[in-house]
This record gives sequence, C-alpha cells and structure tokens, in this order.
Amino acid sequence: METKSEQSNRKSKILEALENEHTTVTFDDPLENEMVLNMGPQHPATHGVLRLLIKLDGETVLASVPEIGYLHRGYEKLAENCSFHEFIPHTDRLDYLSPLSNNVAYVLAVEKLLGIEATPRAQYIRTLICELARISSHLMFLGSLAMDVGALTVWMWSFREREKMYDIFEKIAGARFTTSYTRIGGLAQDVTSETLSIIRGFIDDLPGKVLDCEKLLNTNRIFLGRVDGVGVISKESAIDLGLTGPSLRACGMEHDLRRANPYLIYNDLDFAIPMYEGGDCLARYYVRMAEIKESIKIVRQVLDKIPVGEVKTNQPKQVLPNKDRIYKKMEELIYDFMLINFGVSPPIGEIYHAVEAPKGELGFYIYSNGEGQPWRLKIRSPSFVNLQSISTMMKGAMISDVVAIVGSLDPVMGEADK
Amino acid sequence: MEAMNKKVLERIKAKFADTTFESNEFRGELTIVIPKERIVEVCKFLKEDKELCFDLLADLCGIDMNTPSKRFGVIYNLYSFTTKHRIRLKTFIEEEHPKVPTVTGVWGTANWHEREAFDMFGIIFEGHPDLRRIYMPDEFEYHPLRKDFPLMGIRGSLDLPKK
Repeated sequence: METKSEQSNRKSKILEALENEHTTVTFDDPLENEMVLNMGPQHPATHGVLRLLIKLDGETVLASVPEIGYLHRGYEKLAENCSFHEFIPHTDRLDYLSPLSNNVAYVLAVEKLLGIEATPRAQYIRTLICELARISSHLMFLGSLAMDVGALTVWMWSFREREKMYDIFEKIAGARFTTSYTRIGGLAQDVTSETLSIIRGFIDDLPGKVLDCEKLLNTNRIFLGRVDGVGVISKESAIDLGLTGPSLRACGMEHDLRRANPYLIYNDLDFAIPMYEGGDCLARYYVRMAEIKESIKIVRQVLDKIPVGEVKTNQPKQVLPNKDRIYKKMEELIYDFMLINFGVSPPIGEIYHAVEAPKGELGFYIYSNGEGQPWRLKIRSPSFVNLQSISTMMKGAMISDVVAIVGSLDPVMGEADK
Repeated sequence: MEAMNKKVLERIKAKFADTTFESNEFRGELTIVIPKERIVEVCKFLKEDKELCFDLLADLCGIDMNTPSKRFGVIYNLYSFTTKHRIRLKTFIEEEHPKVPTVTGVWGTANWHEREAFDMFGIIFEGHPDLRRIYMPDEFEYHPLRKDFPLMGIRGSLDLPKK
C-alpha cells in the first residue's frame, strides 16, 4: 500500500500532465497505478443489465462491486395487489430463460399454503416441464459461456437445440417464451400424446448434439485455458455466501433440493446428482453438462411412466374450472366468478417453499392474512444470491477472466432484480 | 419433521432459558418469534450447534405488519444441509425506531438481503458493513414495499430523463 503523501504526489503529477500538454509523466513503477473500470450495465457479456465496478492494478482485479437494480420492476409490490392466480404470468418474467420451472415453483408454494395437491398426471407433467426448462437453461449457459470466452460455434449449436425446445414449449403451453402454464391445483391444459412423442424424439436426438458441443470444448486448449482454475471459490465461503444450485455443487457440496427435500415425483425417479470439487469455472461447466444428461434421463422416465387422468384437482373453491363447463353449469360459473373476483382465500399463515430451479434454490415466502391477495410475497431468487459471491470469485483474477466468471455463474437479471 | 421442530424448539429454550419465545407451526413449518435484542445470539447458536447446524441462511426479508406496536418484521428462513430441515425465525420492530442488529457476522449472505430489506422497508440493520439501497436509486426518498406507499408510485419521486 502506498501512503497518503505518495498518492497525492501522483495525483498532482497527473493533474500537471493534464494542464500542460508538453509534460510527460513517468512513474517509478508503472504497475503501481490502480484504476476503476466501470463494466456495464450495457455490456454484452454481463447477461443483461449487471453493472460491475472493478478496481484494477494493471490487469489484475483487486476488488469489485456488483451493482444491480437496473431491471427492478417491483414484482413483490405487484403481488400484494393482485390475486394468487393473477401473479402466475409475472413469474414467467423472473428467470426468463426457464419460465416453466418458475411457474411450477410458484404454484407449489401456493398449493402448500392452501393445503391441496395436484393430480398425479399434473405432477408428472410438472416434473417433465421442470426438467425441460433445466435443459433449456443449461443450453443457454453452454452457449453463452462458450461465446464469452470466444467460441462462437457452440452458441449457434446450442441455440439450434433451444429453438426446437421453444417449439415444444409452444405445443405444451401455447407460448414460446412467456408460458404461464401452471394453475393453482393443476395445469392450464393437458399435454397431447403427439407432443409427448415430439418430446421423445427431441430427447433421443439431444445427447448426440450435446456431445458435439462437448467435443468442441472439453479438450479445447483455448477454452480450458480460459476457464480452468479461474474464479475459484471454496466450499466454506460458498455456503457462507448462500450459493446454491450447480455453482454450489461445483464446490464439492452434494446438495440438490430434488433429493434433499423431494417435491413433485422426484422421490420415485432414478437420477444422480453431479458434483465436482474444483470450485472454478470449469467445474461449474462440468456440473451443468452432467445435469443436462441427468435431466434427459429424468424426462425419459417421466415419459415412460406418465399416467392418464385429469390435470386439475377437484377442489372447486380453489381451482379454476374448465372453460367449457363454465358456460354450461351454474355451479362452475359461480365458482369461477368468486375465484376471479375475490381470489382463492387461503387460511391465515405463512409458508416458505423452495424448489431446485436451474440456477439454484428458487423459493417463495408467502404471508397470508386470509384474503384473496398475499399480504407479503417474497421471491428468493437464486441469481440474486449467487451474484453476491462474484466479488469473492473475481478477487485476484485477470480482467479477461471477468466475463468467464460472469458466464459461469449464469445470472439472469430478470430474476436478480425482480 | 415434527420431531425435528420439537427438538429445535427444546434446544433453543434450554439454551436461552431466561427468554420466552412464541412459536407456531403451520403446514409443518416452525416459526419462532425472537426478541430483537437476542436475534444475533440465537442465530449464532443455531448455526454453530452441532446437532442443529443451520448453516444456510436461505432467505431474509422484511415485512410490514401495519400495526403500530409491531409495525415491521424481519423474517429469517434457515436451512440445514446436515438435517435437511427448515425453520423460520421472526422478529418484530416498532415503527418509531426500525432498528435491528445485523446478522452479517453469522452468515455472509445476509449482506444483500439486509440491503434489500433496508431499501424496501427502511429497516436499519445496526452494524451492517455496507447499508446502501440495492434496487432503488440512492437519492430515492421512500421505501416502496411499505404499505403506505401507493402501488402507482409517487409523482416526482423519480427523476425522469428530460426531453
């Protein structure tokens, strides 16, 4: 560390140079020159509107401060002013790379509050769409990490697969991006057997396509040089900073809510939890690639076992009735009217329910005072918490590693800023 | 799950015998109300106790109860990797001086969560290393998640770009 007088001395030297164009400033040690670099919020490698303030010594990062909030839309305030059903479309816009799993996470929390459970077929379809969303999110991660470190081909290839997934989502939910597919107590509509066979065809093709991408990266000297040993975080500080999801599993912590606190039908499925020890960008990449394969395994099992039946629970006071019955039956019309105008009125109480979203633990804390709207709804978004650890990962890294670290953490600002 | 809830409650009561704790259970989830003076001690105990080991602060959030005696609340959702159990701690703060000690010394992750609660509710976390707004601009005067802040916002509270 330089002393105060040295600092002021250098400052006056710089000022002198600025005032007089003929003076040249020389420092005894050219690297003894710290600068603050402002990266973002408009930067292609920050995955949205993340702003990083980086203090540099030459090319080495001394300290960094992430600044968020550029995409804050006040969803928690909105939630307090709309009914439980009306909030479902807003969950699409949290982690917009995996809207389906957000839909599922939210309705699971509301169903826990209400004390109801979806039908078996709805549970299977929810598991299916959660895993498809995970694959889609991890493919996005694969493409963007590779592009951030300079491999543009992988981006194209992973996006080609994601495009097929969006076609599937359109067949399932009627929309490619903002799906709003789940309903309290069930789903918006059933999945046709034609769609299921399209999913099977896609899942059969996918391992080969993922392997193509892996062949380009796994033994690629440039890629490995950019991510191996970069952005290391220890297991202890990862837990202290609340890191969850694939980034935590890359630190040698075998923790997955699908196994630890099983929800939906994960208890009946056979899948492994990938875990790596490195804690660096490469380990985070390996974990996600292995998770794609595990998700493919889960999707296959779900497709084999999926039962037939209703996709909505028979709880007329809490679950929206089917549209065709509203027009023909008096009772359904009344329930529909009550649910739309006054909302489901859960008992007084508070719950917290978390699921393993593609990026980590996505939790909803709901405090209900017995009315149609939640009194307080808190979204525990994984990207928000994961971003906090970025300063630790970046300490001592090079400036070129910053994009690799941001890419390997895979934050989505829609979720971090809420 | 219920056995675990009972065990947590018993251990806390045994450790802090001089304090009375309110608690309730809803849908299998245990909520313990802690006086705000004891919150850091209780958190530290829950984290460091060998049998309970609540090593992850999953979530921390503020709440506006809209009653004068206990206007605000802070809610701590804890998770244990060892026992895979969740509990919730809660502390209430009066309207006049919305201050509560920080738990950043126990879990590092509390840093941003507390900044968010400060930004949204104006709850002051005493001893926090960097208590700044996280979502709203620094010069913003209000705390948007308070119940007296209107949904449509307040005219003139945010500077819009001039044409």
